[in-house]
Amino acid sequence: MTTAETAEKPTTHSVRAQRKAKARISEGKRQERKLGWLLCAPAAFVMLAVTAYPILYSVWLSFQRFDLKFPDQREFIGLGNYWTVLSNDYWWTAFGITMLITVVTVAVELVLGMALAWIMFRTLVGRGLVRTAALIPYGIVTVVAAFSWRFAWTPETGYLAGVFGEGAPLTERASSLAIIMLAEIWKTTPFMALLLMAGLALVPDDLLKAASMDGATGWQRFTKVMLPVMKPAILVALLFRTLDAFRVFDNIYVLTAGANNTSSVSMLAYNNLIRGLNLGIGSTMSVLIFIAVAIIAFIFVKLFGTAAPGSEEGGRR
Amino acid sequence: MAALDSPAGAKWRWGFLDLVVIVFALVPVLWIASLSFKTPATITDGNFIPREWTLENYRNIFNTDQFVRALVNSIGIGLISTLVAVVLGTMAAYAIARLDFPGKKLLIGISLLIAMFPQVSLVSPLFEIERSIGLFDTWPGLILPYITFGLPLAIYTLSAFFRQIPWDLEKAAKMDGATQGEAFRRVIAPLAAPGVFTTAILVFIFCWNDFLFAISLTSTERSRTVPAALSFFQGASQFEDPTGAISAAAVIITVPIILFVLFFQRRIVSGLTSGAVKG
Repeated sequence: MTTAETAEKPTTHSVRAQRKAKARISEGKRQERKLGWLLCAPAAFVMLAVTAYPILYSVWLSFQRFDLKFPDQREFIGLGNYWTVLSNDYWWTAFGITMLITVVTVAVELVLGMALAWIMFRTLVGRGLVRTAALIPYGIVTVVAAFSWRFAWTPETGYLAGVFGEGAPLTERASSLAIIMLAEIWKTTPFMALLLMAGLALVPDDLLKAASMDGATGWQRFTKVMLPVMKPAILVALLFRTLDAFRVFDNIYVLTAGANNTSSVSMLAYNNLIRGLNLGIGSTMSVLIFIAVAIIAFIFVKLFGTAAPGSEEGGRR
Repeated sequence: MAALDSPAGAKWRWGFLDLVVIVFALVPVLWIASLSFKTPATITDGNFIPREWTLENYRNIFNTDQFVRALVNSIGIGLISTLVAVVLGTMAAYAIARLDFPGKKLLIGISLLIAMFPQVSLVSPLFEIERSIGLFDTWPGLILPYITFGLPLAIYTLSAFFRQIPWDLEKAAKMDGATQGEAFRRVIAPLAAPGVFTTAILVFIFCWNDFLFAISLTSTERSRTVPAALSFFQGASQFEDPTGAISAAAVIITVPIILFVLFFQRRIVSGLTSGAVKG
């Protein structure tokens, strides 16, 4: 800015002033950088100290035989723990369960979330009311909701237990899994819907009107006009929810505690660590879960081109 | 006739859809509330509306140390984590929204990574690290991971809010003779406050909600939060069915969430949507 002003007067005097101005700018820039770093340093430090260091430490632990019940037998065994975990049926069962829960819940949530987003965005009556109601599952403590579902599906206490005939749904594998997924879907559909609603808000009204003038049906307007505009929002919502669903823990802990082979990988890692006090195996699972999540995120970003929110230049002023 | 009919019909249709959403959202909450008001004799009747109402369950849990301690832990840990995360997040978000410096993208990348980080991967190393430095089963032992996972949320939401603030007003105020401090206090702070407040609510909800860290990094009443304590509930006496007690405790920790949602629905919605898309 300063250079532009001085450049209008081409005298020797102004050339000197120009040079001075340049020096001032870089001085100002340096100040700005310093302030930027200073302001970000505490947040960056905390985030790295509590995640990067432990995950590296976790890798280190995963190369050791380290069972807190037998601390004297601690030794370096290389990839031994990985072999133990990866050749174990429980691990692969839990992995399969986690993938199943992730795929099913995210798919259902995408459809339900879209419907809910549409209702919250377009409803003519009680918009505030419906949004408030939808926020309750988002905000409620997962454990509380899980207990509500557990009591509901338990024979005698529950109002739902008898719906599908006699028996205790939470003691059988298939029905337990269905209930876990139901609880997950109930809890997180509103979050999905809110992210999708942000995308809906980007769809220009004129475009929809123009499309319907041209004789597009409701479905055509949805697939040809809305979906392309919403694509970035949908991908971000899918990415966030997929990674979140992969971490499923609270609902399983309360609903089945992993009984009848309903453990997720998080549940299995927790059991090995806190119940089994086996740090080596627990850490190995931690590292494997981390790698799995990294792969999922990579697939989203590279294959689907999910733009990480905040990564674009938009923030510059 | 038709002109009258169709908007009314549309209203009814939307009203019906609204009702479906409201029922969907509220049934599990009402169910646990209903259980919490039932007497031990009727708790197994499976009725949605209690036949006999009682406050016994609430009286019982407030008479146990277990619940009261957990509630104090939950509130204390939640508030401290929120405060620290929001202060650090505000600083970083201000820098991201207003300043130009190398490493900005890196910071955004790191916070995004942490937002997606599988928390269970931290449980085993943190368990061992906290045991060796004496943070296991203490308030700071939980506050640290909460700050860490609250920060990305805070940075995202706040930088989205800060980008919408008309910062030129600050310059204008200074031209009118206000000092830097006055310009900030009179002009910028009031504009930024709603965003900061909304972020605080979102971070607090996250801390209030957490179960995995709470159950892994604590072992006694000293620092166990309510979600973790719930899973250890035994009822008032050892051999009593804990259903009523769990339900009552569950309702108590749902109350703040309901209040937030009732009073700040608009803000929470705008916070969640602005932070997530087009950050």
